[in-house]
Amino acid sequence: MATSTTGRGGPTLQRRLRSLPVLFTILVLVVFVFYQFVLGGLVQPVQDFFESWLPLSGLNQCLIWAALAVGLNIVVGYAGLLDLGYVAFWAIGGYVCAWLMSSFFSQWQVNIFGSAPPGQEAGIHINFWLVLPIGAAVCALAGAIIGAPTLRLKSDYLALVTLGFGEIIPEVFRNGGDVNGFNLTNGVKGIDPIDPIPLGLIHAILPRVPSTLGPFDNTYKFLVYALLTGVAIFISLRIRVGRLGRAWLAIREDELAASMMGVPLMKTKLAAYAVGAAIGGLGGVAYATLTGGVIPDSFQFANSIILLAMVVLGGMGNVWGVLVGALVLEWINSTGLAQLGNSINTSFGTDINFPSYNFLLFGVLLIVMMLFRREGLLPEARTRQILQEPERGEIEAVGADLEGTTV
Amino acid sequence: MTATAVPRDAAAPPLSMHADAITIKFGGLTAVRSVDFTIPQQSIVSLIGPNGAGKTTFFNVLTGLYRPTTGRVYLGEREVTGLPPHRIADLGLARTFQNIRLFNLMTAEENVLVAMHAHMKSGVFRTVLKTPAQRREEREGREFARELLEFVGIGKTWDEYARNLSYGDQRRLEVARALALRPQVLLLDEPTAGMNPQESARFVDFVHRVRDEQKISILLIEHDMSVVMRVSERITVLDRGEKIAEGGPSDIRNDQRVVEAYLGKTGTEGYGSDQ
Repeated sequence: MATSTTGRGGPTLQRRLRSLPVLFTILVLVVFVFYQFVLGGLVQPVQDFFESWLPLSGLNQCLIWAALAVGLNIVVGYAGLLDLGYVAFWAIGGYVCAWLMSSFFSQWQVNIFGSAPPGQEAGIHINFWLVLPIGAAVCALAGAIIGAPTLRLKSDYLALVTLGFGEIIPEVFRNGGDVNGFNLTNGVKGIDPIDPIPLGLIHAILPRVPSTLGPFDNTYKFLVYALLTGVAIFISLRIRVGRLGRAWLAIREDELAASMMGVPLMKTKLAAYAVGAAIGGLGGVAYATLTGGVIPDSFQFANSIILLAMVVLGGMGNVWGVLVGALVLEWINSTGLAQLGNSINTSFGTDINFPSYNFLLFGVLLIVMMLFRREGLLPEARTRQILQEPERGEIEAVGADLEGTTV
Repeated sequence: MTATAVPRDAAAPPLSMHADAITIKFGGLTAVRSVDFTIPQQSIVSLIGPNGAGKTTFFNVLTGLYRPTTGRVYLGEREVTGLPPHRIADLGLARTFQNIRLFNLMTAEENVLVAMHAHMKSGVFRTVLKTPAQRREEREGREFARELLEFVGIGKTWDEYARNLSYGDQRRLEVARALALRPQVLLLDEPTAGMNPQESARFVDFVHRVRDEQKISILLIEHDMSVVMRVSERITVLDRGEKIAEGGPSDIRNDQRVVEAYLGKTGTEGYGSDQ
């Protein structure tokens, strides 16, 4: 017993934690191999089916949403801080990417291993793999700046203020077309095109891999985004079992007791906010490269809410639950609902615009979940406890005889 | 258990904690009026008084939850008045709670580890990269946590969720968690509440053992007079926010003002009258 270093559940939990990342990696590789090498050789109806129901562009979106949801889970699920403005970090990450990987600032000429397409060499072109950590760092900083004044507030007030920030940040980008005569964000038109993702080193070793990923290289993009989601999951899992993860849990459980046990509340909450924001930044950069540009309209309040729904539906606090929740919801949102609508419309001769009912569907889903499975699809073991088993103190309070088991 | 004792040299000051002339006002109400209080090193002292006497308020001043209107609090030589609770905890003041406040959905071991937060160093990057230093820190932390759980007598339940422990074990876990701060002073807020006489008797021995083996001072707030009289070396009595008596158990037992405070002058006024 003394040699085991795992927490609750001993070796079984350890095995599960080890195998799920492996499972995720295998699944990603299988999907990649299937789309890259197998699908093209299959008969046309099968190809058509995958094209319409599981298009790679949709899967890529799912992965990016998943990375963002995993980031939000650190703030909401781990530390228990309700954040209704997570889209702010998504937007900041997206704009950092747009500034550093496009010809937008054509008055400057910077190129750090950039991947500018021919003819667009003006502007700032920094390598995508460098922009990722930059975006994460900028967002972590923004998270700390936004968090410093807001995290002093208690639950409901915190939610309201974060909601405000989630509205303000995209608004800043919307109105940033003329900052004292300087065009910072190009206003409502946004910034595009964004440089393609470079895979220079891999291309040098494996010439079959393209050196940059254009709009149609979705299979390789899938690998890139899966890697990013993997990084988000990896960070979440590692932090979870360490000193900081425990402190977040403790704050979620009992803030006052945590502070009495030497946990600095502000600092610890800020860390949760900053780490969550950093992952939001990664997601933002990835999103910008997927869509090839950023416009302020794509960073709406609704996105914060959908991300929150993904966290709640998947199972707050459990990274794998959140991953599943995000993949499922975003698939419904990007592909499933439209496809289902098409099939229904053609079968019954109706003309209903199904995708426009997505929020209705999400709302119903949330209500159903809250009624029948409040802990989410794949809940954290701890949360399941509280929802499914009464507390020992409660049992004793109603008179159950646990005599002899006490001290 | 040698690892758990905080090394302290012989020349250290004789007081582990003292408070000078503490007054706390809430609006027009004076909850505590000019109370001096000392906890000598490695002593067991109690703070008693009828309901509403200001015990808990005073306690909250010591732990940094309230800032005194006037007066100063020292932990060792260091003034801690007005410092945030986590800083005071970090400097060596640990506490348990009257109504148990464990982290229910964390295991016993994790509960103890949380209290080591201030003594550990690993931040985001070290934890994500799992550096050798971080691993060593985690391993040592867990070993220390297990030692503490053994010490309070619940070593076998290290991987149980706190909420699933029995009431008595939860009380013990609170002590283990508090000791993980490596405190100079341990404050126990009504630790025998809800215990039967046998359990309380065993608890008295336990308090002595904690003091002797961990080499710390202990301050108790307690209602059970038999426990107070058996465990304390020194007792301070508060009534209506003022200190009315201080001394050894036998002094307090025979102090007329204390008897009056508890029973009322005629012996018929009771606890409720002093609210």
